[in-house]
Amino acid sequence: MSYKLLGKNFTPHDVLAKVTGQAKYAEDFRVDGMVFCRLLTSPMPHARVRSIDTTEALKIPGVVGILTADDVKNPPAPAPTILTNEPRYVGEPILAVAAVDETTAQDAIEKIKLDLEPLPFVINPLDSLRPNPIDARLDGNVGAQGVKLQTIRWTKEDFEQADEGKLPMGKAGEDWSYGDIEAGFAKSKVVYDETFVTASNSHHCMEPRTALAYWQNGKCFVHGSTQSQSFVVPGLAGLVGIAPHELVYIAEFCGGGFGSKGAAYPVMAIPALMSKKIAKPVMMRISRAEEYAVGHARNAFIGRVKLGFGEDGRLLAADMYIVQEGGAHNGFWDFRNAADALSIVYTPESMRYRGVPVYANTPTRSAQRGPGENQIACALEPLLDRAARDLKIDPLQIRKVNTPKIFDSQVGNDRRKVTSAYLGDALDKGAARFNWAERRARSGQRKGSKVTGVGIGQAYHPAGANGFDGLCRITPDGILHIHTGVGNLGTFSHSGTARIAAETLKYDWEKCVVERGDSRKHLPWNLGQFGSNTSFTMARTNYVAAMDALQKIKEIAAKDLGGKPDDYDVDGTKVFAKNSPGRSLSFAKVAQRAIDLGGKYDGHELPADINPMTRASATALAGSGLIGVAKDTLPVGGETAAFACAFIEIELDIETGTHRIVDFLNVGDCGTVIHPMGLDTQIKGGSVQGFGLAALEHYVVDPQTGIPGNVGLYQAKPPTYLDVPDLKADWVDKPDPTSPMGTKGIGEPPLGAAASALVCAISDALGGHLFNRTPIRPDMIINAIAKLPPAHKPMQIHTA
Amino acid sequence: MNDEASRYSRREFIKRVIASGAVASAATYIYGGLSGCSTKGQTLVAGGVERLVSINVNGELRRVDVLPQETLAMTLRYKLGLTGTKLGCDRAECGACTVMIDDVTYYSCSVLTHSVRARKVVTVEGVGGPNGELHPVQQAFIDELSPQCGFCTPGQVVSAVALLKRNPKPTRDECRAALAGNLCRCGAYDNYLNGVMRAAQGAVST
Repeated sequence: MSYKLLGKNFTPHDVLAKVTGQAKYAEDFRVDGMVFCRLLTSPMPHARVRSIDTTEALKIPGVVGILTADDVKNPPAPAPTILTNEPRYVGEPILAVAAVDETTAQDAIEKIKLDLEPLPFVINPLDSLRPNPIDARLDGNVGAQGVKLQTIRWTKEDFEQADEGKLPMGKAGEDWSYGDIEAGFAKSKVVYDETFVTASNSHHCMEPRTALAYWQNGKCFVHGSTQSQSFVVPGLAGLVGIAPHELVYIAEFCGGGFGSKGAAYPVMAIPALMSKKIAKPVMMRISRAEEYAVGHARNAFIGRVKLGFGEDGRLLAADMYIVQEGGAHNGFWDFRNAADALSIVYTPESMRYRGVPVYANTPTRSAQRGPGENQIACALEPLLDRAARDLKIDPLQIRKVNTPKIFDSQVGNDRRKVTSAYLGDALDKGAARFNWAERRARSGQRKGSKVTGVGIGQAYHPAGANGFDGLCRITPDGILHIHTGVGNLGTFSHSGTARIAAETLKYDWEKCVVERGDSRKHLPWNLGQFGSNTSFTMARTNYVAAMDALQKIKEIAAKDLGGKPDDYDVDGTKVFAKNSPGRSLSFAKVAQRAIDLGGKYDGHELPADINPMTRASATALAGSGLIGVAKDTLPVGGETAAFACAFIEIELDIETGTHRIVDFLNVGDCGTVIHPMGLDTQIKGGSVQGFGLAALEHYVVDPQTGIPGNVGLYQAKPPTYLDVPDLKADWVDKPDPTSPMGTKGIGEPPLGAAASALVCAISDALGGHLFNRTPIRPDMIINAIAKLPPAHKPMQIHTA
Repeated sequence: MNDEASRYSRREFIKRVIASGAVASAATYIYGGLSGCSTKGQTLVAGGVERLVSINVNGELRRVDVLPQETLAMTLRYKLGLTGTKLGCDRAECGACTVMIDDVTYYSCSVLTHSVRARKVVTVEGVGGPNGELHPVQQAFIDELSPQCGFCTPGQVVSAVALLKRNPKPTRDECRAALAGNLCRCGAYDNYLNGVMRAAQGAVST
């Protein structure tokens, strides 16, 4: 299918501001009378506040107010807190001080007498499952969204039954299964039972989560740093204690989120609450060091997986257990996603999954690009290579044997149908372009101290949701305004999906304006910009809004020019009679006629099923043009899925344990391509983060003190220019049948594909050595080559 | 270093600067309040640093009231309205605050404003032409869709402009080395390199 706009490159409207420095992020705004606030954060991993004496602090000239946990209404436990009297990790905010400047605020913080009662703390989740446990929380040790807050203990026998170095598997927090795994293992040619660890890593958003807030004329104004726009509003309003319509939220630009700024997060409510208390605008700048505490990280896994393969490499049975270290509050359900990923990427004939999300006194967690799916790729992909090695089949072949069918594949416990899965096509395309067979022949070749390793990695993530609203408007100047409530994560999908509306009305892009980034732009209720969903979810909303506009345009034409609405079509500037193109009305004139007609045409009458936010926005716009507004009630055909597979060749230096990426290709299954250049940068950017996850990024928490170790970029080491070679990206470009124009998301899988490909290549260069741990650091490689034990114990976490 | 330790280390840095000689006046709170810096407790010291200084920013001589411990990034952002210079770490790790001082790139979060008197400071707002024309690097970054979230972009622009000033025809690896001090968590390194190479090629052909 050929489109006017889709599949073609364009320059998103916000790029110019980004290259000139005119783009305004939260810390770039100034308000008259603005004061600054700083946080007093917990020096202990778990404690109870006995008392706070602010007398001396308040005497310091320039101090204007102090906000404590007693002033705020925290969301119900075990959700993360705004401010707390029971800090559960080092760096958790206890109180905030506002002053005329930051130095004064910091001076005041030093004068505060804080009496803390230390409480026991736990870093490794297994220590909270033992019969003599230490718990991270006083109200339970296990919980997550979908798993109720509870206490789970494993028995002495559970621990004794596990062999040395193997994960014990006591009572789980959730489990599911399908098929007969015992029969599957019985008929398997090879069976592996591996215990693995996948580390946490910080999000490292370049923009710390600064926020500015003030109250004016009964409304609360917040300039925040979030990936999302409309989706943030109800959550943030709730944290501030107001109705959503009382909040004006501005997030036109966001300096990186990667999952950590997807929805409202508690710390961003502090300036709004402080501002309310002291009646002054409040700027809260978050430092880089603080960002490592309140700025979220990926969940860590201690897991165990048993895989049974047939002679042809088919995965006959899979049995996986995951213990998630998820921080001290509810973060994200990576453990559950990991099981879904196993079930769809390798389509095991039978599978059992058990998971237990355990709290620990470590910094806050949230989704990070491919939460669960991408960690588990790093654990599972090398096991496929192990099976391929033992069964003497090609690593590409074993992946092809297990790849999901394009249609009718199923995912997860309830065997949800996947709308399309072109992973097999992606593997074929990648293998051909990467000359896989030729590369494979180089595996293990040695030149001096350098050994060649090659690898393939695969990953999955859901790629869309449904049920949100679309809103567009044609004004009497003929301009199409596409109102979008998605955020600005840097993917340009705010404009990419807006082009779906333009495409539907055959509009010239030059005649379109994307309205976004500020509640005052009258935005519809949209899902957040996370979870690789935008290119599907908001393709649907913009499509239904544009279809509503199209119908109204045709009706107006029929009213004015005679005939029935179906007698008319549009060409991007006008509506015309199909059998007599000269009989036409310009879009500008149609917009004016919509205003004249009123009612549903100009937004004075609205559909009953739209969200209150959309209703308020459309009502505010009523009378200004022809309004297209609708809720996405298009048919839902199952779970939309995105896949990626990556191919890599590395040179591993066996003397230093370091590696150099020689060549790299990542191929996405992303549905119809909306914006080739934007897609290209998403795949490559995800790949870079994948290299970090696999082999570069450190995450350390001292088990003796609970103090996070790597609280600087130079310590935690996200990839730099020097870590990354020139990259290649490609895609399958086949439409998803449940998306109006075939589009779906792709943001997350390229990360997991790249990460697991690199893990596989390192393993390949070492003759198939399994580390069962990411990141693979040079010291681990050196020890493996020297046949020395690794520096960490098997199930130790936060060590690298 | 943990959170607390990091904070104190910065404070120690600031305190040392203050101890080296400082000036205070009644205007302190007006300027100090907006700067995020304070002069509380500072007394007039003979031979101390003069507060009202002139610095050349983007070709204009700007008079500005500067605290002794004030960093160039804070002066630019909070006193001169030049918020294109971003603070990503405020401790010389990320490069989002990169500016040119006499054509050499610096992390402005780690340069004291007093040290740039009589020197030429160029920020991302000043790399373009006199009538708002984009610098070839900026145009190339648009053409190559280099930015993603855009927060590191001003620093990338300044580093690339500085590179092309001293080396108009760099190799890709020279670009990589020159921009290595500018982190991009979105991982858009490839696209920034494409942009610098495109800008360099344009400069050659014209």
